[in-house]
Amino acid sequence: METTNQPTASNRPEGAELESEARRDAMQGEPPFTEAPPEDSRFVRSLKEAGITAALVGALTVFFFIFRTDIGSGGLDLTLRPELWLVWMGIAFGARFLLSYFIFRAEEPITRYFKRPSASRRKPLPIGKIFGVAMLIVAIFLPVLLDTFLPRQNRYLLDLSILILTYVMLGWGLNIVVGLAGLLDLGYVAFYAVGAYSFALLSTNFDLGFWVCLPMAGLFAALWGIMLGFPVLRLRGDYLAIVTLAFGEIIRVVLLNWYEFTGGPNGLLGIPKPTLFGLEFSRGDDGFAAYFGIDYDPIQRFVFLYYIILALALLTNFVTMRMRKLPVGRAWEALREDEIACRALGINTVNVKLSAFATGAMFGGFAGSFFATRQGFISPESFTFIESAIILAIVVLGGLGSQLGVVIASVVMIGGIELLRNLTVLEAVFGAGFDPTQYRMLIFGLAMVAIMVWKPRGLISTRIPSVFYKEKKKIGADLVSQGEGH
Amino acid sequence: MEYFLQQLINGITLGSIYGLIAIGYTMVYGIIGMINFAHGEIFMIGAFIALTTFLALAALGITFLPLVLLIILAVAMFFTAVWGWTIERVAYRPLRGSFRLAPLITAIGMSIFLQNFVQVTQGARVKPLPPQIQGGITLMDGPGGIVVQLSFMQIIIIVTTIVLMTAFSLLIGKTSLGRQQRACEQDRKMAALLGVNVDRTISLTFVMGASLAAVAGLMYLLYYGVIDFYIGFIAGVKAFTAAVLGGIGSLPGAMLGGLAIGLIETFWSGYFSVEYKDVAAFSILAIVLIFLPSGLLGRPEVEKV
Repeated sequence: METTNQPTASNRPEGAELESEARRDAMQGEPPFTEAPPEDSRFVRSLKEAGITAALVGALTVFFFIFRTDIGSGGLDLTLRPELWLVWMGIAFGARFLLSYFIFRAEEPITRYFKRPSASRRKPLPIGKIFGVAMLIVAIFLPVLLDTFLPRQNRYLLDLSILILTYVMLGWGLNIVVGLAGLLDLGYVAFYAVGAYSFALLSTNFDLGFWVCLPMAGLFAALWGIMLGFPVLRLRGDYLAIVTLAFGEIIRVVLLNWYEFTGGPNGLLGIPKPTLFGLEFSRGDDGFAAYFGIDYDPIQRFVFLYYIILALALLTNFVTMRMRKLPVGRAWEALREDEIACRALGINTVNVKLSAFATGAMFGGFAGSFFATRQGFISPESFTFIESAIILAIVVLGGLGSQLGVVIASVVMIGGIELLRNLTVLEAVFGAGFDPTQYRMLIFGLAMVAIMVWKPRGLISTRIPSVFYKEKKKIGADLVSQGEGH
Repeated sequence: MEYFLQQLINGITLGSIYGLIAIGYTMVYGIIGMINFAHGEIFMIGAFIALTTFLALAALGITFLPLVLLIILAVAMFFTAVWGWTIERVAYRPLRGSFRLAPLITAIGMSIFLQNFVQVTQGARVKPLPPQIQGGITLMDGPGGIVVQLSFMQIIIIVTTIVLMTAFSLLIGKTSLGRQQRACEQDRKMAALLGVNVDRTISLTFVMGASLAAVAGLMYLLYYGVIDFYIGFIAGVKAFTAAVLGGIGSLPGAMLGGLAIGLIETFWSGYFSVEYKDVAAFSILAIVLIFLPSGLLGRPEVEKV
């Protein structure tokens, strides 16, 4: 039976055995890669990274810290200050080393305690709602609280609260355009300016009061929203953004140069203060204090202004919340999610976009007239692009489409930065002559970057849908398409 | 006629500067689809680095002008590129893959930060630099004393721009780096699967954009002789307008858009009013976009269902 052609040990060609053995040996174990270099210890790695960071900071700042140019006699003088450069490189080295050693390279980063515990099964408390109501109560009683607890800084803090509330209102207004309708508007300040100037011009030229001018200013702003929106709303995404930015700049340049009408760079003066049913907040006999028989105190006017802006802001919020439940509000959100589907369903996208633009603009106009009456003086300086950027930053940092987020972001960004103004502690650290106010915007910019990198979806990362099936529950912000600007 | 020619020359010069900045916008937009708002500030930083280097070289006693200019060019391009790289690394890379508005906000934040950083470290006052390159060629000696002059500075700006644009087009069109960049622009995921180092390519895009902006900063410094911490904003907005006008994402479009914005601005100030030149530039932008929604040379966006 020699028919089998199975190779046996005897009929293999010579040397085949050795060859196959060698092949088997080669395939066993690790492939012949080059050995990985030995890992540095955690300390050495952190040290290396810190060194790289310090070198980078050094390269970035060499021309800004070491050299300083100043106008001197006969041209520019160059001042040297290498110690500043070295100090900052040292700070960068130390900070990066600590970060690397304890967080990035550590097996158990010390930040692990801050990590949120894994989602529990039980129904979470409606923290947002409770927080919102608590904030509202605090906001309503704020003047009383301030008067009781901080009577010395009463006026300053009240003024700051008015400023924050103005930004809350602007944020809520812009939230309609960006957060709900998903149209990226970089020129929101244009409507703020239109509101302020129409109020100022109406009241100074026709002798009208605040309460008559306020709705008119809002209407004017809405009208401008429609006028500007009509030609550009068919643009998509970033084109819309740049055109709105351009309109914002155009309005500012026109305000700056149309001397006869707007006063140019000098602005408009003598804008009347608001009255309470005809009662002025003045020392006179027909003033508020005299009418009610109480002592006159300049703080009364601030309290009144505070309640006006609070009411206006709450009105904005209320209208937005109700609008979300109306067909037009639902169309805004549908448009943000999918424009093509909207068109297929027969929604007139141009009208829907225009309505969002006009509503947002109207609230911007209200806020603008409040601004004008509070300041008593307006000039184009107050309506630069940076203002638009701050409002947009508040909306995005708070979490697009989230009403509570806007409040938190305004308090953090505007309030926090303003508080820097009177931190005298810093002067003790950095020596006399240290002026924290000049670092305000520097820190503002850094905070914008840091918050966004930390929480790209904004501080409030859940959204409440306006339409739901069976059960109303929050959804993650990731599921909402936001400001994609279709 | 003479007046027209003179305005044309001035417009082309201004347009060249805008075009150089616009390239940075358009490349970044092409590759990661975001408006790099901090790019105008990169331009400003380039101008400041150039100014400081100039003064430092003068203090060292190096005054041979061509050598000085070359050193400044190299130093400004390098250090501004480091800024560009860092900004991408710190503010944009962590947000890649996030939603579209997030990097826009960090960009605006970076822009505010950089402006104030320069203001705090270098002071808020303007920095004048006496004109370094004087003289020019008289092209036409018209009647009534109107002279058409092409200054040496304008020649340098235009020639530099042409050289850089040519080099740049070759870089994008012929080298492997350019191919990688175009691949990332079309489909980042696919490019990554095919072995293109996407992160590195994006970083290099920022580096290239920043170094071109540094050149623009140097040109601006030499041409106008006055800089301050605020020049970045308006130049940035104009350059971005130029990029959009030319069709964002398209390199020749950026140059064309830059020239268009420069010419519109110059002619408007020459024939109508200086105050409203920005209004003219922005209005043209709005009108062009309404009728040509993807810019002059941009590819029309395909709407996918």
